[in-house]
Amino acid sequence: MNRLVTASAMALIASLSAANAQTEIQWWHAMGGELGAKLEEITKGFNDSQDEYTIVPSYKGTYPETMTAAIAAFRAQQQPAIVQVFEVGTGTMMAAEGAIVPVHQLMEEQGANFDPQAYLPAVVGYYTDTGGNMLSLPFNSSTPIVYYNKSVFEKAGLDPNTPPKTWAELEEFSKKIKESGAADCGFTTQWISWIQTENLSAWHNQPIGTEQNGFGGTNARLTLNGPVQVKHWENLKRLSDEGIFKYGGPVGGDNAAPMFYSQDCAMYMASSASRAGVLANAKDFEVGYGMLPYYDDVEGAPQNSIIGGASLWVLSGRPDEEYAGVAKFFEYLSTPEVQADWASFSGYLPITQAAMDQMGTFYSENPGADTGIKQITLNEPTENSKGLRFGNYVQIRGIIDEEFEQLLSGSKDAQGALDAVVERGNALIAEFEAQSQ
Amino acid sequence: MKRTLFRNQLLPWLLLAPQLAITFIFFLWPAAQAVRQSFLRQDAFGINTTFVGLSNFEALWNSPEYLNSLQVTAVFAVLVTVLSMGFALLLAVAVDRMIRSTSVYTTLLVWPYAVAPAVAGILWWFIFNPTIGVMPYFLDAVGYDWNHISSKTDAMTLVVIASAWKQISYNFLFFVAGLQSVPASLREAAAIDGAGPVRRFFDITVPLLSPTTFFLLVVNIVYAMFDTFGVIDATTEGGPAQATNILVYKVYFDGFVGQNMGSSAAQSVILMLIVIALTVVQFRYVEKKVAY
Repeated sequence: MNRLVTASAMALIASLSAANAQTEIQWWHAMGGELGAKLEEITKGFNDSQDEYTIVPSYKGTYPETMTAAIAAFRAQQQPAIVQVFEVGTGTMMAAEGAIVPVHQLMEEQGANFDPQAYLPAVVGYYTDTGGNMLSLPFNSSTPIVYYNKSVFEKAGLDPNTPPKTWAELEEFSKKIKESGAADCGFTTQWISWIQTENLSAWHNQPIGTEQNGFGGTNARLTLNGPVQVKHWENLKRLSDEGIFKYGGPVGGDNAAPMFYSQDCAMYMASSASRAGVLANAKDFEVGYGMLPYYDDVEGAPQNSIIGGASLWVLSGRPDEEYAGVAKFFEYLSTPEVQADWASFSGYLPITQAAMDQMGTFYSENPGADTGIKQITLNEPTENSKGLRFGNYVQIRGIIDEEFEQLLSGSKDAQGALDAVVERGNALIAEFEAQSQ
Repeated sequence: MKRTLFRNQLLPWLLLAPQLAITFIFFLWPAAQAVRQSFLRQDAFGINTTFVGLSNFEALWNSPEYLNSLQVTAVFAVLVTVLSMGFALLLAVAVDRMIRSTSVYTTLLVWPYAVAPAVAGILWWFIFNPTIGVMPYFLDAVGYDWNHISSKTDAMTLVVIASAWKQISYNFLFFVAGLQSVPASLREAAAIDGAGPVRRFFDITVPLLSPTTFFLLVVNIVYAMFDTFGVIDATTEGGPAQATNILVYKVYFDGFVGQNMGSSAAQSVILMLIVIALTVVQFRYVEKKVAY
């Protein structure tokens, strides 16, 4: 008995001293599978590089699940120091003053090596306030591009090295492909919300909402029922009726990828981070890459596309020594080596200029891998193309899908559907504004 | 009924204590929290809280989405109940006529009940997947373009089939037991009086089964309204355009995905009232008013 007590007491002391030696920092993330393994490898690289801090990554499920878990944990005062939040959660996180520690503030307070100028404005712009201060650290950012089937292009008598530049060309190419029987449908797409609505607006320099797309404050309202967006949705409906466009389903459009892989559809608009997946599945054909098409009669198009993905937020209420470790970890994550390694592995965009330069050889060896970064840095971002920030945006994305489905089923026209998005979305934004006051 | 008298006043309470504690911790306390939250407006992190009275309920009453969800739930519950009970009764009657193989068939037919709702959902999602599924392939051959991603009717059909399929087993078990308690002598007497099999079924079996039927009716409605969350989440996620967004799924979505705690709590309070009403109906009528 005595011996047992002594043994357990010693074990207790041992565990306490181990805890003293290293500060453990919890990082909740939503990266499963291969990406999750890579994330753990990066974390291990940091943990091995010094002996003061240990970052402990935990996979918490999908993006909404991870965010919900972190919020619930915060309410129970069990929050992690770092949480990965998807881009549409930005509005919610940003409004939670008192719950978050802005990254720029953290880096200053901890005296970290932090130069805001080193980051790519097109990527970090999404996560900065109107004063240009970085609120969260972009971790995995991507942007939508066009993937096309070169073999089908050839069969249809098109130049396999020329992707369509404009929507008019895309329609013309699609018709040729359909008529020649090279493929059943012209194109399909992931994300009606992110690609065909938000990015369409930014790409044509059209506002999504007031107050600089919501960056200016929670009193912003949606305005994405403008003429360009309406014209585009009208087009999609018409092309869908003609069988040129096939709808891949709500949210991320799960059924879009199989249609492209099975050579049913010749073109596929999807995240630049889908590149690895597309290459792995495109077994019987060659893949080409192009920028998003634009309407050439819209002045200012093409502007630049906006990102999607997730960033790392720092939650408040943890012991001070943890924040010192978080700052060190963020420094490590921003180094060109780590960034270049992560970006070339995953297809996500590098977040600093130095990392982008370092990836020069990778880009030259992997054609098409740089389409995203080229497209996002095509022009200096404007108020309309920096990104967007609205409260309750997860639900608003759902509304965009629903109204698009109403349009496809013929129960609404494009104007009516987008008007409904604005009306229903603004009700949710107003609710959010009331909640955070 | 047997009555036990306790001399000690404390003992009965002590014996009840574990059950009462569980009821309090897992039901009363969370329910009270939900009621409290339903009167509040709060941001996701719980930093700003305002008392708003009944305005969360008022907002629901004025929300076309919520009214739509009520309607969807009603249609869904009726379809699932009718389909699963109808099939179950058919199968039960068939099995009841067998003499030796009853137990084998019963065991086989009960299997689906062991499948978790989410697994059942995934299963049917695969079968009916417009791109890779088997059913759309066959339906295409007969000229039907199945697509539950864009067609509201197809989506509803899918979730009804997936939910009812699982419940057939459960209903079947009760119907078999119910049928076995129908005295054979009554049916024989009717047969001697010249009643045909259909007449015997409707005039003797059905009335005598009514307590079972009524019990199952309540259980199935409760099942369709509350336990089908997994099926919906795994197949349609409430879509397309909210066509399968039943009340329970909406509570989850608004609360956990949308972070609108006040509205979500108000919705769960309404659901709680519905459950209470159904329970009262079951207890008051199931044993008393159903005629034998």
